[in-house]
Amino acid sequence: MAKLKLAIYWAAACGGCDVAVLDVHEKILDIADAADILLWPVATDHKYADVEKMAPGSIDVCLFNGAVRNSENEHIAKMLREKSKVMVAFGSCAVSGGIPALANFKRREDILQRVYMDTPSTVNPEQVLPVTDCPVPEGVLHLPEFFGFVHSLNQVVEVDYYVPGCPPTAERIWEVVQAIATGNLPAAGATVGALDKSLCDECPREKSNKKIKRFYRSHEIIPDPQQCLLEQGLLCMGPVTRGGCGGQCISANMPCRGCYGPLPGVLDQGAKYISSIGAIIDARTPEEVKKILAGIADPAGTFYRFGMSTALLKGANR
Amino acid sequence: MNNFEPKIIGFLCNWCSYAGADLAGVSRLQYPANLRVVRVMCSGRVDPTFVFKALDVGADGVLIAGCHPGDCHYSDGNYNTMRRYPLMLQVLEQMGVDKRRVRLEWVSAAEGPQFAKIVNEFTEQIRRLGPFKKGELAERGAKVG
Repeated sequence: MAKLKLAIYWAAACGGCDVAVLDVHEKILDIADAADILLWPVATDHKYADVEKMAPGSIDVCLFNGAVRNSENEHIAKMLREKSKVMVAFGSCAVSGGIPALANFKRREDILQRVYMDTPSTVNPEQVLPVTDCPVPEGVLHLPEFFGFVHSLNQVVEVDYYVPGCPPTAERIWEVVQAIATGNLPAAGATVGALDKSLCDECPREKSNKKIKRFYRSHEIIPDPQQCLLEQGLLCMGPVTRGGCGGQCISANMPCRGCYGPLPGVLDQGAKYISSIGAIIDARTPEEVKKILAGIADPAGTFYRFGMSTALLKGANR
Repeated sequence: MNNFEPKIIGFLCNWCSYAGADLAGVSRLQYPANLRVVRVMCSGRVDPTFVFKALDVGADGVLIAGCHPGDCHYSDGNYNTMRRYPLMLQVLEQMGVDKRRVRLEWVSAAEGPQFAKIVNEFTEQIRRLGPFKKGELAERGAKVG
């Protein structure tokens, strides 16, 4: 069997997805045995120009992590789409915007103002802002254009498979690589490496009747390690999040943050969470409700932590 | 905005508000035709997804109407609605949506005139707000997020 031609790319990402690939430990040698890596900026020294020259379909599989935040991300996404037989949105940022897409709550100009003018550590008396074409003595410097909206990968190119997670767990990555290597793939458009049931379904904690009298932020309480975190007043996203992550956060006594994304058929993870929270608040008057809800510091930022590119309402930019 | 006719989606509970709307009809009460009614079995069935989706596909306003607290046909379905509603408004606002576009009202089966009055007022309010556009609050320069 010919070796699998693999490309791994990071766009607007933190690098965690690339590290997660390395976290398969010694299996990385098996991956290297099974695959020829044609582009992997974090680990190898291939150039964009080499990929530009390839014929369409030269790459068997592209694992694309990161959101599409600027014109460079978009350009490379389109290039890799053209060269790859299978395009995988790898990790929450590529799947639904992830953490970078929290910027969609703000307008482009507000973000630039904050970062280049207002932050306490910024000294910028000439009010310099980045521009796409900057004349310097040596010629003109070109910078990527900073978009107003942070896109998920499928808002820019066609995506064949989705692997959610922040980052996807190493076991899942291995499963995905094996599935691809053996040609054992589900129908295009499928989410791979996650379950079709919620995290609660796999969660070993004891669950009883949910009645919440007050919400806690995670620094305000040391939760009982045996009992459901939601019942203890922590905003655990388990009920509205796909399982398959192995429950790493909940086993560290921290609430689920929702990185594996919504369950199949759900349009909007945040809306579903509002629905489930409403059902378990222990209050019967609007005043009581208001008092309990005051314990939630940043509802939209919490409920859409990984999904602001694909949220129905899109935030401030659209 | 000249000639702007708001599109309003109404989710009315089968047992109270839908019957209230029916009573407004058979009583020949006048209210604007801007409301498109979707009958649901209970206001507690109104998933916030319905509201967000309605706005996403072109509604300018959304009305949710259910039985008065204590009168729910399913005993506490409308309490779920009461609890979800303020949280939903907070999220709407953070998303840059003017929260006056979404309204929750309790309308019993006997309150035909009340229903007509609500639809009249709400339609006027949405008419004043103009067509819904995503990120509208940010465009008006409000601090959102």
